[in-house]
Amino acid sequence: MLSNLELLFYWAPIINVQIILEGIFVGAVFALSAYGLALVWGVMNIKNLAQGDFVIMGGYLAFSLHAMHVPLPLIMIVVMMTMFVFGWVIYITMIRRIIDQDMFVSLLATFGLSLLVQQVMNIIYGPEVQTVDMELPIYDAFGGMVTIPSSKIISLIFAAIIATGVVIFMKKSRLGQAIRATSQDPRAARVLGINTDRVYAFTFAFNAALCGAAGVLVSIIWVIQPFYGITYSVRSFAIVTAAGLGNLPGVISAGFGIGLFEKYVGVIVGTAYEVAAPVGILLLVLIIRQISMKRNRQVVK
Amino acid sequence: MKRFSLKAFTAVAAVSTTLVMGGNAIAKVEGDTIILGSSISLTGKYATNGLHTQRGYDYAVKMINDNGGVSVGGKSYKLAVKYYDDESTPARGAQLAERLIQQDGVEYMLGPYSSGMTKAIAPVSEKFGVPMVEAEGASRSLFTQGYKYLFAVLSTSEQYLASAIDMAAAKSDDPSKVRVAMAFEGDPFSMDVRAGVVDKIEEYGMQVVIDDQLPADLSDMSTTLTKVKALRPDILVISGHSKGAATAARQIDEMKVNVNMIALTHCEAAKVQEKFPKASNGFLCPTQWVESISKADPIFGSAAEWNEGFKAAYPSYTSVPYQSAQASAAVYVWKEAFEAANSFDKDAVRDAIAATELETFYGDIKFSDAGNNIAKPMFMRQIDASGSYNLVENADQLTYPRNVNY
Repeated sequence: MLSNLELLFYWAPIINVQIILEGIFVGAVFALSAYGLALVWGVMNIKNLAQGDFVIMGGYLAFSLHAMHVPLPLIMIVVMMTMFVFGWVIYITMIRRIIDQDMFVSLLATFGLSLLVQQVMNIIYGPEVQTVDMELPIYDAFGGMVTIPSSKIISLIFAAIIATGVVIFMKKSRLGQAIRATSQDPRAARVLGINTDRVYAFTFAFNAALCGAAGVLVSIIWVIQPFYGITYSVRSFAIVTAAGLGNLPGVISAGFGIGLFEKYVGVIVGTAYEVAAPVGILLLVLIIRQISMKRNRQVVK
Repeated sequence: MKRFSLKAFTAVAAVSTTLVMGGNAIAKVEGDTIILGSSISLTGKYATNGLHTQRGYDYAVKMINDNGGVSVGGKSYKLAVKYYDDESTPARGAQLAERLIQQDGVEYMLGPYSSGMTKAIAPVSEKFGVPMVEAEGASRSLFTQGYKYLFAVLSTSEQYLASAIDMAAAKSDDPSKVRVAMAFEGDPFSMDVRAGVVDKIEEYGMQVVIDDQLPADLSDMSTTLTKVKALRPDILVISGHSKGAATAARQIDEMKVNVNMIALTHCEAAKVQEKFPKASNGFLCPTQWVESISKADPIFGSAAEWNEGFKAAYPSYTSVPYQSAQASAAVYVWKEAFEAANSFDKDAVRDAIAATELETFYGDIKFSDAGNNIAKPMFMRQIDASGSYNLVENADQLTYPRNVNY
């Protein structure tokens, strides 16, 4: 571990550039799926444990489309649309029935959904690891010490476009306003004539579409496997917990922060701990929140 | 009255069963046929490889019978195998092994398919003191239990990448200056592979510059590879099943990792040569057996001849899996052991197996006290620019450094 620190800051400081870049690429993908989770959690109070499986599902859809030689921008659009419809169907058949129930029902139901999605992908695609190779050029810098695949740059651009789109949509559009209103007070929203059922359906479907987009990016920059979803679920939860609900800039910066933290932990402590790093952060945030809330806690008289 | 007749019937049934069983117990050699027993996976998740194994056994039995059989006490005997389908479930396998031994009176066993199934069956054959020659269980943990009646013709998992370290040592003027980077998943198989590599590293006094454990859901090992690029080791060894091989190949390609020697398991399963032809150029990949090795025996001929003969017997194969080859080798060990012991006493035959020292088409066979084959190395193949796998029998045949142009 010490030798790793020495390597980072003394022998080859240039690899910091590579690690920071990797962290940013990772963060961009995390931020997408985490924002979807924050929406669903904040608006509907549903903790979607199938979040990561939606991501992987988007990845497999991209894999199938790529096999049919569909160009990348079109893959993105088709996957997001398909996932939107999928999300809507899941809402109607399942989520609508659990929306007013307590937390455990939503956890159990979405956990079941997660298992179902995993197994169906396993049956269709098999357990082998797959990847979408776009055969895009790879750039070098600093005498080959830093490599930047264009697939990662493209994914960063896509993530930025989608995030900007989401911000504008939530702020300006009527539906975005309705979503925010429902999130603040569903009863008042209903009184004011907002069809909250439709808002919920749209929110859940929209989340699925965001996950699908993240999945497309995952499939072109890493590898996908039917059972890899859980790591994305864990990261999304860690980010949302750290950033809070309904706070888009918070989610994005937490996404990048956790991405960077994960990569540095990977280099310094070992790759095996990379996946554990976000959970560590989650724990830390919860402990700090507990302490700070305790300070303000009072006995109700 | 009715009650009495039922009792009488039960008694008769019990007596006759005992008689039949007694009859079978000495019938492990029926007439001029020696009966071997095996519980094998013909259905369930191991069915494909179970079938490869069974065909390997059957082909060997046919070849041995056609070439004079097994001669014991001046008389020639034929071989036959009694199979049961264990449905790829360990509990069923153990049950069937007991049935083979206790009810069918089999005293000579051939192994099932996979380490897991072998682990379930070995305690049974051990309990009854029945020797078992197995061909499909590679886990090191099978040979640390002190089993006396278990013998394996294949190389155990800690040997998978050990010979890559030998080659790295041979390619260097001073092995103690060789710098090794290791990345292994934490599962039992990969840890076995790692143990073998670490033993070799210690033997040569090499330096380990990276020793990373990879997570089970491995989709990104860029941090390990970043370190590899910074530290420039002489050899990089990776094992994490086919998902590890796929992830590694993809990111080695993407990060243009240029290490002189890269050895990893499961290249073929992950089809790295098809998916990442550029990066996989020069990868060293272990395999239990290849038909191009220069080994031979009097029954099957050379490795290539066994391969041809097997294909002729089972024309559905375009390329023969090594699982079938090692299964044939296990039957061959039985033949030689019967002849060496010149007896059917199972303990005498067990001792003869333990003393086996053979060259076969599958490679040399000699068992350690623990029962694993220590004479056959793991074979290494190197992927070339065209994506084909070439046998590398010693360090001179190795393309070193791997010439890769990103």
